[in-house]
Amino acid sequence: MLSKLDQQQYTKRMNNRIRKNSVLQSVFFLSALFGLFVLAILIIRVVTQGFGWIDMDFLTGRLSTDPERAGIMGAILGTLWVMIVVIPVTMIVGVGTAIYLELYAKKGKFQASIQTNISNLAGVPSIVYGLLGLTVFVRLMDLGNVVLAGGLTLSLLVLPILIVAAQEAIRAVPSHLAEASYGMGATKWQTIQRVILPAALPSILTGSILSLSRAIGETAPLTVLGIPALLIPFPNGFFDTFTALPMQIYYWTLDSSLVAEYANLAAATIIVLLVLLFVLNSVAIFIRNKFQHRY
Amino acid sequence: MSVVMMENKMTVQLNQEKEQSAGTAIEEKDVVFNTKELNLWYSETHALKNINLSINEKEVTAIIGPSGCGKSTYIKTLNRMVELVPGVRTTGEITYKGKNILDRSFRVEDLRTQVGMVFQKPNPFPKSIYENIVYGPKIHGIRNKKILDEIVEQSLKGAYIWDEVKDRLHENAYGLSGGQQQRLCIARCLAVQPDVILMDEPTSALDPKSTLKIEELIQQLKKDYSIIIVTHNMQQAARISDKTAFFLNGEVIEFGDTNTIFTNPSDSRTEDYISGRFG
Repeated sequence: MLSKLDQQQYTKRMNNRIRKNSVLQSVFFLSALFGLFVLAILIIRVVTQGFGWIDMDFLTGRLSTDPERAGIMGAILGTLWVMIVVIPVTMIVGVGTAIYLELYAKKGKFQASIQTNISNLAGVPSIVYGLLGLTVFVRLMDLGNVVLAGGLTLSLLVLPILIVAAQEAIRAVPSHLAEASYGMGATKWQTIQRVILPAALPSILTGSILSLSRAIGETAPLTVLGIPALLIPFPNGFFDTFTALPMQIYYWTLDSSLVAEYANLAAATIIVLLVLLFVLNSVAIFIRNKFQHRY
Repeated sequence: MSVVMMENKMTVQLNQEKEQSAGTAIEEKDVVFNTKELNLWYSETHALKNINLSINEKEVTAIIGPSGCGKSTYIKTLNRMVELVPGVRTTGEITYKGKNILDRSFRVEDLRTQVGMVFQKPNPFPKSIYENIVYGPKIHGIRNKKILDEIVEQSLKGAYIWDEVKDRLHENAYGLSGGQQQRLCIARCLAVQPDVILMDEPTSALDPKSTLKIEELIQQLKKDYSIIIVTHNMQQAARISDKTAFFLNGEVIEFGDTNTIFTNPSDSRTEDYISGRFG
């Protein structure tokens, strides 16, 4: 027993401390519940509104102004084509930048300025990236509002997130592993390839999941690029005009005041987008776990 | 000290008259590392001050001294591992078999292939025992499975760990005990067939039994390799080394035969340290 406190004081303080602990525990639990609650409402609303509208014709059909005949195959293909651009561009440029900054760059003003810029870019609103994409890819490079322009714009948008995640993943690899490799005469690249990247890969993939999810759902930069929502033909390559799932959702929601069924179509498209996200994430998680349990 | 200086001077001359006669070549072979007026700074901190040391081939050279005296820094300079720390500057020279390793033209990859290192904390890769051993040979381009198998067996036998692991070569190295991991790291180092093995307090994280095993191993390895070992443990230095260097505040206070250093040190600071008065 603490000698400065008498028994009464001790009991009183102990009761207070224990009460404080349980109150805070409830506060934290409610905070956690809040997120779950909102998500549940969202999913229930979307599913009740849209689930009945999902059928084979909706998934594989072409777009139409008639809600009964409208399909979203074009938007699904558009989103997939954009991902085909975004995944390799962000992985190569993002991981490459992280490797350079963490392992090759000399710590100095140049490195520090790149680092600061990346952190700042991560906070730039997505619509500004849309303007950048419009200026550089659509107009200056004269690509037009095609898959490649959309994909590159979204890549720029999510690159800072991926770079920072990859840097943290690389930094978390214990330095004594790299030292063991250098100590046997390995070059920097051999050490990166055989020791650092395999150890950092699971965390890098977690970062890439986050950034891809962001890219799939972005609408604002696409509207600025002038991506149409009412588009009948399917995209077949990098230089085709396209539309994407979030664009489809955006326009149908906007026009639901004109045609009530559009709200249901938007909800159905949201379900498809969520499922697509879920599938992409599962693939990334599968790859991550495969590498984690290699030894 | 004067003997060392003389040797240093001799080597300088020998380097200048390199390959003039067979006689010089034999004499030169005795010295593996010759350090001349080495100074090293970590940014503003002067960590090594005017180091002159001549380290012989196929001997065990122990480096002792209190924490922060520069002993680890010194052996990390011998394979230029110290360059991984940003802001390191050096002056002076260290010749390895007659060539200055601090020279920009000396490639670190070449140096570290010939000068292997065992670290303070056992640091196996999170791979199988087999993959740990073949890491070095593989980065140097050996791909033949039969040759790799041979290297694995030889290296593990060389580090006296073969019998303990031969039935589980393809299990994760993290499943080994600390002492076994350290011997695995020594085996991994042997797989590259270096000339010199640097050991940075290799037993400080190990229990007494594992320490004894490593010490016995060092005695065996000395026949084929030059070994430079940093140790906190003075009894260890006395037990296993031929030469001992005592470092204090970044300077070499005394360097000579281990017997002399421990029985009849010429500097009072050496005597204070080995008799446990400080450090």
